[in-house]
This record gives sequence, C-alpha cells and structure tokens, in this order.
Amino acid sequence: MATTHADHHDHADHHDHKQGFVERWFFSTNHKDIGTLYLVFSFIMFIIGAAMSVYIRFELSVPGLQGVSPEFFNSMTTMHALVMIFGGVMPAFVGLANWMIPLQIGAPDMAMPRMNNWSFWIMPFAFALLLMPLVLQLFGIGSGAPAGGWTLYPPLSLQGGSNVAFTIFAIHLMGISSIMGAINIIATILNMRAPGVDLLKMPVFVWTWLITAFLLIAVMPVLAGAVTMLLTDKFFLTSFFDAKGGGDPVMYQHIFWFFGHPEVYIMILPAFGIVSEIIPTFSRKPLFGYQAMVYATASIAFLSFIVWAHHMFTVGMPLGGEIYFMFATMLIAVPTGVKVFNWVTTMWRGSISFESPMLWSIAFVILFTIGGFSGLMLAIVPADFQYHDTYFVVAHFHYVLVTGALFAIIAAVYYWWPKWTGRMYNETYAKIHFWWSVIFVNILFFPQHFLGLAGMPRRIPDYNVVFADWNLISSIGAFGMFATPFIMFAVLWHSLKYGEKAAARSWEGAKGLEWTLPSPAPHHSFGTPPLIRDGDLAHGDITH
Amino acid sequence: MSRAAKTALAKVAALPALAVTQQAIAQSADPKPWQLNMGKGVTESSMHAYDAHMLALWICVAIGVIVFGAMGIAMFKFRKSKGAKPDVDFTHSTKLEVIWTVVPVALLVVMAIPATHKLIAMYDTSEPEMTVKITGYQWLWEYEYIGEDVTFTSRLDRKSDEIRQSGVVPTAAEHEHYLLDVDNVLVLPTDTKIRFLITANDVIHAWWVPALGWKQDAIPGIINDNWTNIKTPGIYRGQCAELCGKDHGFMPIVVKAVPKAEYNQWLAQQKAERGAGEADVQLAAPAPQGAPAPAADAPVSDAAADTPNTAQAAPAAAPTAG
Repeated sequence: MATTHADHHDHADHHDHKQGFVERWFFSTNHKDIGTLYLVFSFIMFIIGAAMSVYIRFELSVPGLQGVSPEFFNSMTTMHALVMIFGGVMPAFVGLANWMIPLQIGAPDMAMPRMNNWSFWIMPFAFALLLMPLVLQLFGIGSGAPAGGWTLYPPLSLQGGSNVAFTIFAIHLMGISSIMGAINIIATILNMRAPGVDLLKMPVFVWTWLITAFLLIAVMPVLAGAVTMLLTDKFFLTSFFDAKGGGDPVMYQHIFWFFGHPEVYIMILPAFGIVSEIIPTFSRKPLFGYQAMVYATASIAFLSFIVWAHHMFTVGMPLGGEIYFMFATMLIAVPTGVKVFNWVTTMWRGSISFESPMLWSIAFVILFTIGGFSGLMLAIVPADFQYHDTYFVVAHFHYVLVTGALFAIIAAVYYWWPKWTGRMYNETYAKIHFWWSVIFVNILFFPQHFLGLAGMPRRIPDYNVVFADWNLISSIGAFGMFATPFIMFAVLWHSLKYGEKAAARSWEGAKGLEWTLPSPAPHHSFGTPPLIRDGDLAHGDITH
Repeated sequence: MSRAAKTALAKVAALPALAVTQQAIAQSADPKPWQLNMGKGVTESSMHAYDAHMLALWICVAIGVIVFGAMGIAMFKFRKSKGAKPDVDFTHSTKLEVIWTVVPVALLVVMAIPATHKLIAMYDTSEPEMTVKITGYQWLWEYEYIGEDVTFTSRLDRKSDEIRQSGVVPTAAEHEHYLLDVDNVLVLPTDTKIRFLITANDVIHAWWVPALGWKQDAIPGIINDNWTNIKTPGIYRGQCAELCGKDHGFMPIVVKAVPKAEYNQWLAQQKAERGAGEADVQLAAPAPQGAPAPAADAPVSDAAADTPNTAQAAPAAAPTAG
C-alpha cells in the first residue's frame, strides 16, 4: 500500500505545483492522500494486532504455560483489542470514507480539509502513547502494558501503574480524532453533494457513514468521560467507581457500554454500506429495497443506544432490567435481518459473477450472519448466564468483526483499488488470498463456539486438558490467518508493478459517480459539480 | 446411559458398583474432549439455560438453512457464466418486505416468551433453606456458611500450581483436573434450595459452575444473590469468569454436592474442629482415603475423588443414604 506514493505522484505533478514528499504526505489536505494515509496506518495496525493475536494463540495452542507470564498474556489480549478496534477497523473505515465519500457525492474534497489532516495526524501520536508502555516493557522499563482488558473495568484496570495514564490519554486523542473525522464527514455529506445527489439517491455506503458519524459524535465523548473518571480515580483520589469511597464499579460498566454498544455498530454499519455497493455491482442489478436498507441502518443505529446492558447480564441487574435489555436486543435482529434478506434478494434473478470483491462480500453476508445468530443467542438471558465471558462470546464478536468488518474492508480495497491506483490486480492471486483467508478464519474462530459451550472462560492463559483439542485447531487457524495480510500485500504490490491498466468503470456492473472519473482518480476531482444522469448514480432503487 | 438408568442402577447395585456409578454421574457434568454443545447440568436453572440455548440454536439453524439455501440457489442459478440475464426491475417488493419483517418478529416472540418465564424462575431466590456467602479475592474464593460459623477459603490445588509453573504441557494422565481442582471444596447438600450471596473484596470476579447453570459477578461493594438446588450428588467444577488479574485463569471452583445427611455430618465435623480451637478449618492432613466421615474434607485430588478406584468406595458410596 505504501507504494501508492509513486503512483499518485504522477498525478500530483499535473496540478498546481510539485509537492515534495513531506509536503504531500505530512501537510496534505487532499482527501485521497489522507484516505491513503488512514489505510496505510490501519494496515500497519492490523499487522501489529495480528501479531499479538498469534502470540495469544501460540500460548493457547497447548495447555500449560509456555514461557509467557499470565500478566503479559493479559496485556496481549488487552492491547490486541485496543489496537484492532481503534487502530485497525475504525481508521480503515475512515480511510475509505475519505477516499470514497467525496467521489461518490461529486464533491471536490472533504468539507474541512485541514481538520481532516489533523484528524489523521493525531492517530500516530495516540498509538505511540498507547503502545509505549508495551515497548518500554520489552526494554525492561516501567510497569508494563495495560492488562485489565480493553474494557478497562475498574477496580482491576486501576491496579495498573503509569500505563493507566498512557492508555487513557491515548483514548482521549483517538476520541478527538474520531469526533473531528465524524464532524467532517457529516459536514461533507450534508453540504457538498453535487446538485442532483439527493439524500435518498446517495450510495448506501455514504448513508451508512452519515449515520455512523452521528453515532461517533454521540458516544466518543461518553467514553472520554468514563476514562477521565478512571483517571481521577487513579491519580486524584476521587471514587467514582470505588465502593470504599461511595462509588460504584458497575456504574463504569453502564457508562462504558453506553459507548461500547454503539461502537460495535460504528464498526459494522460502514461494512453494510460497502457490501451494499459490491453485491449489486456483481449481480448487475440494483440494490433490492434501497430505502428499506437506509431505514434499517437508521433503526439499528437508534436501537444501538438502548441495548448496552446486554453486555452486563451477569452483574446482578434487577429482573425488569434484564427482561427489557433482552427484548430490546432481540429487536435488533429485525432490521439486521432485513438487510441480509435484501442482499440475498439483490443476488436473486441477477447475473452474478465472482470477482474478488464479490467473493469477500458473499463471505461477509454468510459469516456475519453466523455472528448475528450467536448474537441473537447471547441476547437470550437464561442462556447468556452460561455463554457470558466464555469463548462463545469470543467466537461471536470475531465473526462480526473479522469476517464482518474486516472482510468488508478487504472487499472494499479490492473493489476500489482500480479506481485508486489505475491498475487491476491479478484475479487468481486475489482469489488465493480469499480462499486462504476464508478457510483459516473459520478454522480459527468456529471451534471457539464449542470451547465456550463446553465451559472455557475467555481471557485465560491456560486451561484444562479437555479443552486442548479445539484450542490447537483454533491456533492452527490463527497461524494460517496471519499469512493473509502478507498475501494481500503481495497481491497489491504485484498489481502496482504489473497490473493491467484499469478502465474508468473498472467493473462491468459498477454504478456511482466514482466510476465516471478516470482510473486512477485524478488528484483533484469534481472541481466543478458533475452533471448527474440517474444512470450514474448508485445502486439505489431511485424510482421508489 | 440416561440419568434415570443411572439412578435405577444405583438403587440395586452393591457398594463398589455404586462408587463407580457415583463417579460416572459426577463426571457427566464435566467438559469432555471435543465437546461441541452446552452441558445440561444438574439443576433446574441449568436445564433452563440449556433449553433456551437449544431453542435459539435450532431457530438460528432453520433461518440459516433458508437464507444460505437461497444464497446458494442464487449463486448457482443466476450466474453470468451460465448466461443469466439480470432482472433489473426486481428491486422492490412490499409483500416480501412485510413477510421478512413479520416472520422474524414472530420467531423472536417464540423465543422471548419461554426465555422470560425461565428468567423469572431463575431469579426467584425466595425461601432458601440455607445461605452461603461467596467472596472473591485475587485469586481465591472464600465460602461462609451463614449462621453456621463455618468459613474457609478455596484455592487452586498444589499439584495444578506445580504443573503450571513447571512450563510443561500437562496431560490428562498427569492431572485429569488440571486447573479445575482446589484445596478445599465447597460442600453443599443436594435437594436443598441454597441461596448464595456473592461479593468480592478487591476486583470484580465471577462465580461460575456450568453444571449449576449460571454465573454471577462478584463485585466489591455490591452483594449479588443467586440460588441453586442440586438434584444429583457429584462433583461440579467451574472457574472465575471475569478477568481479575494475572491469576484469573487459576482460581477454580469445585462444588461437592452430597445428600443432606452426609452434609450435616460434614458440617458438624467442621464445627467441632472450630470448637477445638482449630482456627483453620482446612484439615491439617488429608483424611485417609477410606474413612467415611471426613471424606468431604479431603482435598479433591484425583486420588480422593476422581480416579475410578473402587478402593475409595466408602465415601463415594455414602450418597446412597439420600
């Protein structure tokens, strides 16, 4: 991905003046360059987070403790989650938003280009802070990386040393970055659509990002508040969450999950948008039920605010609370089901071809639905009393986040890569990447359902011998899966070096304004608003 | 063998055979290698959890068959390579949209009604016959038999501790209950509604024995309650289920459910030791394997409770009294 530099450079040269490397990549206000920066950053973070997960699965591949301290194991699970969520998935979606939203709505750039630059450049500093305790620990300095779990539940998280402050400030910085990014996206979508791109004619990807951005603005300050209270509890003798001072540890969980549950949808709604672009393209048919898709997304977003305590069914809530959160959570299955049915019906009576983006999207629909099934099961409180905090939950959220969010991100990269770089990739190599991933990811995560049901708690570095078999299988899957980012890198590198030139409309069935531009998209696009013909617009059923 | 068959066998069999049967029952709740599904457990609540789980699972399987089946047919039938022409007007159908909104809602109701009934039953902690207070510490459990003046702690057994620190790969032969064994087990009577008061003294823990059907967070400053009524005598194992620091993976729970008479005997023994000035309720030395009375006190090492060894028939056979 880093090699996109050279390619873009050619185009930058055609405009205004020649930009040096520093000027282009550090001071950039161009939505495409910033999008690339986000994507490269997220790719690096995915590798770091994946390396941590391999370390975790290495320890868990056989029972017994093999040369890892339980404390360091806990640091690895904690950091893996924080890096993957805040460093991998979220920046990848923001990168895609930066690249594609202006192209899809016919805008010349994001509404606030300089803030856009700032949003990105906060991220490396945030992650330097987040990872610093871990790096120092490797040199034998400090009290080690945070080990209290990514949810940072007090009182445990407060038992950490200075890493508490590092983590909290890192989260503050990421929050600032996310909020500014969200403001920018909302401002862009609401103000900069080309004439003719009505709200209900926007591509679904733009719609899902508009809704996601509102979720971000609503909940990131809540997270900031929660961790700030942790900070003062730790360093300034307050007792928000300390029972000894009249506080309540459960209050933290309520506040955290009021952020945390919408956060889950922040990481999946843009993925819904991506597959809603790709499936119609390769089915050569408009998206089925465009408006239903938009309304379902909005309903999911609304429901995401009122179901948070389903992460806390075992904290001892009153019966009424349990019943309410169970019902509300189950309700999410309805709009989510509508989306899945719409994707399937989009394929129905289509003319389907199976290029890489489509393969990833089909895998997304199937595997995300499996994650949805386990999510529905987790909503059933009497059963959740058994599932809670076991590997069943680990399997569930990896199905929605890896085969859900991450698969959609990869699908998006393969889908828009020709538009970004002007090059096609080798379809055979890309298919090897797909099949390798889809096989190993299931070997990795499916057995974790069995482990959880058999009674293995999550976040343990060692286990009884009866859990050994499925753990070994799962670890083999993890080792195989770790190859996938490198395979992807190789496929994309090969594309840049040897790929065929891409046509403006790189896919036969592709719809949307981005495909009216040449490939690669010029460094500055839509300087004047495009003339819209309905056929250029997205896959939406715009007649209804 | 069904549980009923086991019970029938238990009634007719001689003492040594009983011992084996008893162990078979106890181990039936243990996780198995390659286990795929949730265990049924040994309480009403665990059956509720199991039933709710199976209902949800089968509904999900049915939906999965329909959705993935439709996708499969679409992928097979509507391939461009087979000359499929897109029906570009098939983009909207109010009828379909009503169906796939209403049917899922109906399925949810089918799941929600029994789940609610089960939840209400599982939440009913009223009229307990006895109460045990459970306190989580980093990294052990403390059990207090309320009103009986019996309190003790329960932590990872010595042998598991040695194995985990040795760095070797443990085997079932070496320690069948590696990391699922404790020094002092929680002894509880069967056929008794037992209330638990659950709290913690440092960080949040969660008390979970899968065979009892629930887990409950143990939170400092908050006392949660839950209950059980164990039908089948046996030994049931669990673990802390809320991340609680470095030894979170090493604070197991072992419940030994015995008939009331044996429980009372055990309780009396505990009190007598206290009365004799024994501050530590834990027995100084493990009881002889064959001695009936303090059997429950013996550390639940494999020799004491789990190896299919008929030599220790006497303590294990005691449940026949119930």
